[in-house]
Amino acid sequence: MTWGDTIYLLPEIVISIGACLLLIAPVMRRGGGVVRASGAPSGGGARTAKWTMLAILVLTAVAVIASSGLVADVAQTKTFASMFALDSFAIFFKLLFIATMAMLVLLSDDYLAASRYSAWEYYSLLSFALCGMMFMVSGVHLAAIYIGLELLSLSSYILAGYFKNELKSTEAAMKYFVLGTVSSAILLYGISLIYGVTGTLNLMRIADAMSTLVTNDALMFGIMLLGAGLCFKIAAAPFHVWTPDVYEGAPTPITAFLSTASKSAAFAIFARIFYVGMHHFRLDWQVVLAIIAALSMIIGNLAAITQDNIKRMLAYSSIGHAGYVLLGIISVSEMGLYGVLVYSVVYVFATLGIWATVLMLSKHEYAGEQVSDFEGLHRRAPLWAFAMIIFLLSLGGIPPTAGFIGKYFLFYAAVGAGFGWLAIVAVLMSAVSMFFYFRIVMAMYLRDGDGQAEVVSSGGLKLVAAICLVVTLLFGILPGPLVEQAKISGGWVAKRVAANNAQR
Amino acid sequence: MANYSVLLIAALIVISVPVLTLFIITPLIRASRPGKVKLEPYECGIAPTSTAFDHRFSVRYFLIAVLFIVFDVETVFLFPWAIRFKQLGWFGAAEMAVFLAILLVGYFYAWRRKVLSWV
Amino acid sequence: MIPTHYFLILSAILFTIGVVGVLTRKNGITIFMSIELMVNAVNLTFLAYARQFHQVHGLIFVFFIMAIAAAEAAVGLAIFITLFHHRDTIDVDEANLMHW
Repeated sequence: MTWGDTIYLLPEIVISIGACLLLIAPVMRRGGGVVRASGAPSGGGARTAKWTMLAILVLTAVAVIASSGLVADVAQTKTFASMFALDSFAIFFKLLFIATMAMLVLLSDDYLAASRYSAWEYYSLLSFALCGMMFMVSGVHLAAIYIGLELLSLSSYILAGYFKNELKSTEAAMKYFVLGTVSSAILLYGISLIYGVTGTLNLMRIADAMSTLVTNDALMFGIMLLGAGLCFKIAAAPFHVWTPDVYEGAPTPITAFLSTASKSAAFAIFARIFYVGMHHFRLDWQVVLAIIAALSMIIGNLAAITQDNIKRMLAYSSIGHAGYVLLGIISVSEMGLYGVLVYSVVYVFATLGIWATVLMLSKHEYAGEQVSDFEGLHRRAPLWAFAMIIFLLSLGGIPPTAGFIGKYFLFYAAVGAGFGWLAIVAVLMSAVSMFFYFRIVMAMYLRDGDGQAEVVSSGGLKLVAAICLVVTLLFGILPGPLVEQAKISGGWVAKRVAANNAQR
Repeated sequence: MANYSVLLIAALIVISVPVLTLFIITPLIRASRPGKVKLEPYECGIAPTSTAFDHRFSVRYFLIAVLFIVFDVETVFLFPWAIRFKQLGWFGAAEMAVFLAILLVGYFYAWRRKVLSWV
Repeated sequence: MIPTHYFLILSAILFTIGVVGVLTRKNGITIFMSIELMVNAVNLTFLAYARQFHQVHGLIFVFFIMAIAAAEAAVGLAIFITLFHHRDTIDVDEANLMHW
C-alpha cells in the first residue's frame, strides 16, 4: 500500500470531493445555513446544482477513462492489499453508472425545481451513491464490496425518504431501511461464515481455498446467506417484498435510480462474487438460485398484471427482470457473463426511457402515476407514445429492440448450462409480461378518454428519451459493438470461468 | 504471581474506600431527617412537574443524539492508526488527514445548518 | 483457550434472537435494536474466527461494520423521527399507506 495506489482510486476521489462540495456549497453563503421549515421553491439554486452535478459527472467520467489506461493484467493486481481491482469489468460498469446518473440528473431537474426540497443535498446524496457503486464494482474483497454496498444503501434510504413532508415517501424510506438493514446483516453473517471456512475475504483467495474443500455445512450456509442478501439488493423473489412499496412511495426520479443504477450495480457484484469467488460449489448454489430466478420471474410478471399504478407495475416488472439476469449468473459461463453485462445496459436504457415518459406526465409530486393517465397519449404527445412503445418492447424482449439481444444471451446461456426448464419459464413469463406492457400501449392508443395528467416535457426529458430511444434501437439492430464491448469487458472474469470449466 | 498481589491490594483499597464512606461510616455519623422535598427526584433545583413519560422531548435532543452516534463511533478508526503510528508513517498520517477532513465536512455542514444550536 | 465453536454457538443464538425480534416486534426502535443485535452477532463471529486464525482481517472488518452500523443508526433514527412527526407513532404496522 503506497502513494502510487491512490491513482487507481482517482474516479472515486473525484466523485467524493464533488459530493462534499455539493453538500457544503449551499451552506457556505451568508444566511444559507438557515433551515427553512417550508421554504419557497428553490428554482434558481436547483439549476446551479444541476450544472455543478453534471460538471462533476463529466470530470468523473474523464477520470474513469484516464484510469482505464492503467488496466493491466488485473488478476495480479495488488492495489490496496488486493482489495481493489481496476479491471475492464469495473470500467464498463463505472461508465454505465455515470451515464445513468447524468440522465437521472436531467430527469430530476424539473421535478426538483417544482418541489420544496433542496437540490444540492439531493445531488450530493446521488454522488455518494455513485461513489459507493463505483467502489463496489471494483472491489475484489468482501469487505470492500460491503462498504461500497452500504454507502449506496445508506444514500438510497435517505433518497427514498427525500420528500420528508410526504407521508408516502417517509413510509417508503422506513420500509426500505428496516428490510435493507436486515438484509445487510444477513449478508454479513454469510460473509463471516465464508471467512470462517476459507480464512480469507479476498475473492480470488476464497476461490483457491474453496477448490481444496469438500461440501460443508457452514460454507453452504454462508453462501446461501450471502446469496439471500444479494437477492434482496437485486429485488429477487422471495426477497422482493420491499420493492413495490418503496418504488411507489419514493420520489419518481429516485425510483428511476433504484430500478436502474442501483440494480445494475447489484447485478455486477452478484456476478463478480459468484463467478470469481464461489464457482467451485456452483452445483450446490445453482439449483437454489434457479428456484429464486423462477420465482422472481413468475411472481414479478404475474403480480404486475393487476397493478394500476405504473410505479408499482414497473416495480413488479423489475422483479421479473432480476429473475432474467439471474439466469446469466446461474449459468456460470462466458455467455452468461456477457449476458449480464449486455442486459444491464439494455435494461437501464429502456427503463430510463420509461421513467422519462412517466416524469413527463407527472406535474405534481405524485401525479401521472396511474395507467389511466396514459389514456389518449398518442394524440397529445405522439412522439412520446411511440418512444414508450419501443421501450416497452425492449423490456418485453421483442426484436428489433435491444431487449431481445440481452434476453437472447441470457436464455441461450441458461440452456447451455443445462437449465432448459428455466429458459422455458423465462420465455413464458416474457410472453406474460407483454400483457401488462400492452395495457399501457392500449391506454395510449386505443382508449378514447383523455388522461388527467398534463404533458409537461422539457429539454432534459426529451434528451434522455432521445438517447434511450437511439441506444435501444441501435443496439437492437446493430448489436455487434455492444456485444464486442461486453466480451472485452468480461475480460479476466470470463477467462477465469473458462479455465475453471475446462478443469472440470 | 507475586507482582499481581500488588494489584489485588490496590483493588481492595479502591473498593473499600467507597464502601466504607457510603455504606458504613457516613450512616453512623450523619443526621437522618427525611422530608418530602428531600425525597423528591432531583431536577436542577426546580420542583419536578411531571414524570419522564408524560411529555415529549424536543426533537433537538434526537438530532444531537444522531450526530453523537456518528462522530463518536468514527473515532474507532483513530485507535489502530495511533497504535501503529510509526510504521504507517506519512502515508498513514495523510490517510488520517483525509479521514478527518471528511468528518469535518459533515461537522461543518451540521454546524452551518444550525443543527448544533438550541433554538 | 475457549474453543471457537462456543463463540459461534453464542453468535448464532444472538443472531436468531435478533431475527425473531425483527419478525415479532412492532415498535420501530425495538426492531432496529434487534437488527443491531444481528450485526453484533456477526461481529462476534468475525472476532472468534480472527482469533482462531491469528489474523487481523476479521478484526479490521469488525471496525468497519461498527462504523457502518453507527451510520445506519443515524439514518434510521432520522427516518423514524420523520415518521413520528407525521403520525405520532413509530409502530411499523401502522405504516400501511401502500397496499398490494
